[in-house]
Amino acid sequence: MPTNLSSPLKADVKHLSFFYGTVQALKDITLPIAGNHVTALIGPSGCGKTTYLRCFNRMHDLYPGNRYEGQIVLYPEGINIIDPSVDPLAVRMRIGMVFQKPNPFPKSIYENVAYGLRIRGATQRNQLDEKVEQALRGAALWNEVKDRLHHLAFHLSGGQQQRLCIARALATDPEFLLFDEPCSALDPTATSRVEELLAELKQRVTILIVTHNMQQAARVSDFTAFMYQGQLVEFDTTKTIFTNPANQLTEDYVTGRFG
Amino acid sequence: MPSNPLRERSGIGTGQKQLDRLFALLGLLAMLVSVGALLVLLTGLLMEGGPRLSWAFFTSYPSRFAEQAGILPAWVGTILVMAVTAVTAVPLGIAAAVYLEEYAPKHWLTDLIEINMANLAGVPSIVYGLMALGLFVYQLRLGQSILTAGLTLALLILPIVVMATREAIRAVPKSLREAAFALGATKWQTVQHHVLPSATGGILTGLILALSRAIGESAPLMTIGALSFIAFLPHAPWQPDFPFLSFEWLLDPFTVMPIQMFNWVSRPQEAFHVNAAGAGLVLMVMTLGMNGLAIYLRARYRKRIQW
Repeated sequence: MPTNLSSPLKADVKHLSFFYGTVQALKDITLPIAGNHVTALIGPSGCGKTTYLRCFNRMHDLYPGNRYEGQIVLYPEGINIIDPSVDPLAVRMRIGMVFQKPNPFPKSIYENVAYGLRIRGATQRNQLDEKVEQALRGAALWNEVKDRLHHLAFHLSGGQQQRLCIARALATDPEFLLFDEPCSALDPTATSRVEELLAELKQRVTILIVTHNMQQAARVSDFTAFMYQGQLVEFDTTKTIFTNPANQLTEDYVTGRFG
Repeated sequence: MPSNPLRERSGIGTGQKQLDRLFALLGLLAMLVSVGALLVLLTGLLMEGGPRLSWAFFTSYPSRFAEQAGILPAWVGTILVMAVTAVTAVPLGIAAAVYLEEYAPKHWLTDLIEINMANLAGVPSIVYGLMALGLFVYQLRLGQSILTAGLTLALLILPIVVMATREAIRAVPKSLREAAFALGATKWQTVQHHVLPSATGGILTGLILALSRAIGESAPLMTIGALSFIAFLPHAPWQPDFPFLSFEWLLDPFTVMPIQMFNWVSRPQEAFHVNAAGAGLVLMVMTLGMNGLAIYLRARYRKRIQW
């Protein structure tokens, strides 16, 4: 564990366990998330990284039979966001998510970005216009799409669609963004654009990213957590994890001996 | 015969190839049988009833004289009954499907409902007629009216509408729902803004296919007591004074195209059979038109959506 996270915590995960029905997918995970930094989750397929990520916006609540134990305390308020008394909608209003495969709505580019604002009650055209432009600039997509905001989002390339999804998540000014292997469906050029974007975004938001690409974790993150079979094996600064891991399993994984 | 080294080395036997061709041939034959049957039916109707089609045929009431008889009350009745059916079955069916698919908890009861729904879709239509006679005519005293007929056919196609809508809703990918939920949308916002619009093509197709089943039904309507000889039109659905709409027609007696056909076919005179063929042709064009619309709508909505 890094003794000093060097910045205030955005979230503190304490003894988090998660169950799909009777199957335990996460086992007693304790992991602090530093504000305005990028924390990467790495580990072999099926280790629970995505399950863990989806706890943060209560995505598991959409399907029956799922159960959380433990706490995810969100700061500055210090509330446990997986407590049953907390409305998942209130959590999702503050924590955005970008999925593995770009999933734009079958609507125009503009309406994709504006959707989060619309469901929060925004109706004023000029205000929406401004927010949409801001979000698209934030996702480094504005220059490519400013002349065709009202075209269908499906006409964009895969990389552009993923940046559109990032813009869509940014439009509502979330404090915290979850990325679930955001580059796994993208080519190397599109990947590097998204990675550059992550570095810019962390000035404003806290980022938690799942990746199965270790080079990517090394490039974009400040802290890295290595998970294996539903457990947190090691958490430290990215530099330590990749150069001097404490655990033999971590070392084997980051050096490519298994996974 | 030139040798084919590629085939020899890949190990594909000529027997496999021949089997492949045999199946293609069988498939082609099967297709020709069904297309051929339709063509024979259509040409038969055209040759027999085609010459009978004229403006007067559409604007005349039935008559004792085959040459003067027309289908005016029948096609008006069919359109009005279908309107009642559509207005009832469509919102009910879609709402039920949305509930079952998006809101209902998944357990044994919903499984039971699902199985029942599939069974209901297979219940013979005359059974619906008996039920409607007991419920709408005797209990609710709606009479042997357009309203009763529309409601009866609505019950008949409701399971089909529900199943088609559920199918269409299920085809909407999880990723689209999750995208909306992740932005903080409520369930109803997700359904209203994303699930239903994306499922529209499939839902419309199901609806039209269900309605084109209803349009050809005669048994349940005869059970509730549709007239087969009717020489007047129902009240007009509009009126000159405020509120300009009139609903008196709902309680009027009626006939529909298939019943008119049945009436004509069951007469001994050959000339009436020609009338029946003419009416059959009109009914078939109505049904084909509806199916064509379904295909058009499906293609149109599919163009907008790609996963």
